[in-house]
Amino acid sequence: MSNEEIIHKLKPIITTYAPASAALENLNEESDFIKDLNINSANLVDIILDVEEAFGITIDNTSMEKMLTVKASIEVIKEKLSEK
Amino acid sequence: MDNRAVITGMGVVSPNGIGLDRFLSAIKNGVSGIKHQQNLSDLKFSCQIAGLPDVSTELAAQYFTPLELRNFNSSGILYGVIAGIDAWHDAGLPLNETDEPFWDYGMVFGAGTSGIDRFREAIYTIDKLEIRRLGSTVVAQTMNSGVSAYLSGKIGLGNQISTNSSACCTGTESLLTAFERIKSGQATVVLAGATSDSGPYIWGGFDGMKVCTYKHNETPAKGSRPMSATASGFVPGSGAGAFVVESLTHAKTRGAKIYAEILGGHANSGGQRGAGTMTAPNSTAVQRCISKALENAQVQANEIDAINGHLTATAMDALEISNWTIALNRKGDDFPYINALKGMTGHCLTASGSIECVASVLQIHHDFLFPNVNCEDLNPAITALIDAEKIPQKMKSIKINTLIKASFGFGDVNACIILKKYTS
Repeated sequence: MSNEEIIHKLKPIITTYAPASAALENLNEESDFIKDLNINSANLVDIILDVEEAFGITIDNTSMEKMLTVKASIEVIKEKLSEK
Repeated sequence: MDNRAVITGMGVVSPNGIGLDRFLSAIKNGVSGIKHQQNLSDLKFSCQIAGLPDVSTELAAQYFTPLELRNFNSSGILYGVIAGIDAWHDAGLPLNETDEPFWDYGMVFGAGTSGIDRFREAIYTIDKLEIRRLGSTVVAQTMNSGVSAYLSGKIGLGNQISTNSSACCTGTESLLTAFERIKSGQATVVLAGATSDSGPYIWGGFDGMKVCTYKHNETPAKGSRPMSATASGFVPGSGAGAFVVESLTHAKTRGAKIYAEILGGHANSGGQRGAGTMTAPNSTAVQRCISKALENAQVQANEIDAINGHLTATAMDALEISNWTIALNRKGDDFPYINALKGMTGHCLTASGSIECVASVLQIHHDFLFPNVNCEDLNPAITALIDAEKIPQKMKSIKINTLIKASFGFGDVNACIILKKYTS
């Protein structure tokens, strides 16, 4: 799965938790969930649960902690997909 | 100098009407909100009827964001937020659009449990060894102060935010606490009220105690019978009531409409001594609570025009009337008018005091007494103490200057408040 395909699949998940903004419209690899997208930090865990479901993967606690940006999330998703 | 405290806004989510207009019309016309509940029947409850507010998904969406409604399963927070926001708007107060909290505006909003259905889901998830799939929403929905947390955040309140809990006294106690905070000058506006979860997991404990009626599963609207000779136990209910309590000066400065003034009140306990137990009242304490409320409000017993009773439709109703006659030293045709809302709503538990105080204030503001329903066969132990005409069974147009309201709860706790028509 390419980075673009992953972002395409991530966008609706992120949209659920992020207030509407230009940063959300222009979601890209550099987007930071909290700093750029204004997502409530309590919701990061919900995003991870939704990602697990959408990609059919399981994300361990250590990987979860890394998922603060779109870029880091893509790396974790790719890693978990390759382990399947 | 002590501040005077007035009520300038109200909201209500009652089994027989959501919103002040519908609720006012329902109580004037004696409309019952009690219906047969298929889930209680399926779960083999003895009492299969209940008072359940009918909140649609569309209505919920006016008060909560789609994100908040994801995995949301807390009826108490739902009712409390609707009633609280309605009260705030009714008072003509704004939601805070700035980054500076409203430092002088606070909140005391009661609850007995929170999100009991969400809690049940969480317990099943944990026991299935799926805790990692629990998500982030369980704590906010199941902490007892959940309702206060949701509401204060929506409004942007910056004074003390608390959730009180004292069984079926909770609603009346919250109004009394709000009054005290305004009176002592610790806040200029306090959003008060109480809410109750609904459903089998909150009502089951009472069904198990056999304190709910099992005789009206086919005749739900007739089931809740306060002061009736055929009262056979209470009908469970749920909902929320809310008040904006404000210092008179603050209300006048901003030109707010004033529904009524809170003159004072009292809360106490019988200590589960004497006849008092976990579930039965100590009458000495009940009488003392009423007397102390009068003293605190500087009102004479003969000034009371109307009583809004606790009156749950159990064997305790006659004892409650007896306690009123002793505490007020008034009986027979000298007794004030008295009415009981639970005939129409059932016993809304933690929320009961709040919903009944909303009804009480509406009566003062609109000059009427709502009818007592389902007591065409008055309990003779009650008519031996007070004249039947003091228990109106039809809506009565009458000016009420001073009304007294009491609530009693498990743990032998009592709360009593005195409300007065406001004249400038």
